[in-house]
Amino acid sequence: MSVAAHADREVVVIGSGPAGLTAALYAARANLRPLLIEGLEAGGQLMLTTMVENWPGFRDGIMGPDLMGEMRAQAERFGTEVLQGNVTSVDLKDRPFTITLEGGRKITTVALIIATGASARWLDIGSDRKLSGHGVSTCATCDGYFFRGRPIAVVGGGDSAMEEAVYLTKFASKVTVIHRRDTLRASKIMQDKAFANPKIEFVWDSEVIDVADLQKGEVTHLVLRNLKTAQTSHLPVDGVFIAIGHTPNTALFKGQLDLDPTGYIVTNGGTRTNVPGVFAAGDVQDHVYRQAVTAAGSGCMAAIDAERYIEGLPVADRPADGGPADGTVHRGDIAV
Amino acid sequence: MASDNVKTFTDSNFDDETKQGVVLVDFWAEWCGPCRRIAPIVEQLATEYAGRATIGKMNVDENPNVPTSRFHVRGIPTLVVLKNGELVDTIVGLVPREDIVSAIERHLG
Repeated sequence: MSVAAHADREVVVIGSGPAGLTAALYAARANLRPLLIEGLEAGGQLMLTTMVENWPGFRDGIMGPDLMGEMRAQAERFGTEVLQGNVTSVDLKDRPFTITLEGGRKITTVALIIATGASARWLDIGSDRKLSGHGVSTCATCDGYFFRGRPIAVVGGGDSAMEEAVYLTKFASKVTVIHRRDTLRASKIMQDKAFANPKIEFVWDSEVIDVADLQKGEVTHLVLRNLKTAQTSHLPVDGVFIAIGHTPNTALFKGQLDLDPTGYIVTNGGTRTNVPGVFAAGDVQDHVYRQAVTAAGSGCMAAIDAERYIEGLPVADRPADGGPADGTVHRGDIAV
Repeated sequence: MASDNVKTFTDSNFDDETKQGVVLVDFWAEWCGPCRRIAPIVEQLATEYAGRATIGKMNVDENPNVPTSRFHVRGIPTLVVLKNGELVDTIVGLVPREDIVSAIERHLG
């Protein structure tokens, strides 16, 4: 019996950000009838942003959640089946690959496209996690509202940090940006926006070593250390937003796929992982560019790579259903 | 309809509606993207636990007192579990459905 004969699907995509939805769009248009599993943070990081000004084709910008809604609708229009839910484990050792969902349901697939993205990183000091939801946040658009008229801090020096700082000035009385270095990593245009905003102040060369007050269960101040002078100081704030980057969501694949030392999936020759038939796209395999448009681009690549992989399987292993050359075969007509 | 089982908590009905049994409160707002991901799970659970636990939502925009003053909510989605009016569990942010289920189950007799 062939692999495809007893697989539920030709292609499964895990993740629903720009990479996953673009992979699904291309796979659907290649008649591979993909199943896309959304994951917990459905829609990906753009769901937590406001105006996206660098998505080509929208000269006036587009709201992140709107863009993701459009992408999803477009993928569905061509036959992507979207499944709400979260993957709890994958088995990439046996073929077809098996994906287990929260609740225990199992799905088998010939090819797998991983687009699980990356999630916000915390400070690694313990007190920040414990006060999550009580003054410490990684999502300005979610939580800025709670700090109307109050002083807050943003930790980080990249584009996301500047974007959050500028956004938060709509609510906060004052926004203090804390950065480890004396220059920002952020792009020129975002730096200019932040520097021009009278509500934003900067504390340079400093890191947060503690968030107080755990006992009270709310944020009262930050303990900062100047990395050049080693002096510590207190910054009274009611809230702190952490924007120090992301970590790739690859826990599911540890021990089954090659990961680099920082946890990103290693890809070769396009989007191929070290397991034939498993492809990776977007931030889960990209620590360099990390843009919505590069994620979408690599999602497209993954779908094309997956299509070629399926085409290249021995005839007996090739799914009769949805082969790219023949759109007329119906599901169920799978050769044994 | 699933939503029939979802209680709507307000600053004025909160104490009455939560004083008995196990209660799950979902703090949310229209503008909160991740809250929209939690909402369907909360609706399903409201149906599944009908008669065993009270499950409902509380809009933080419309209710300035209970969420921020009493529970110190500074971020949403936040879910709290109460037993006979006492806070027994807090869940912050997006979590898998199983985590919400176990937080309820832990406190059901």
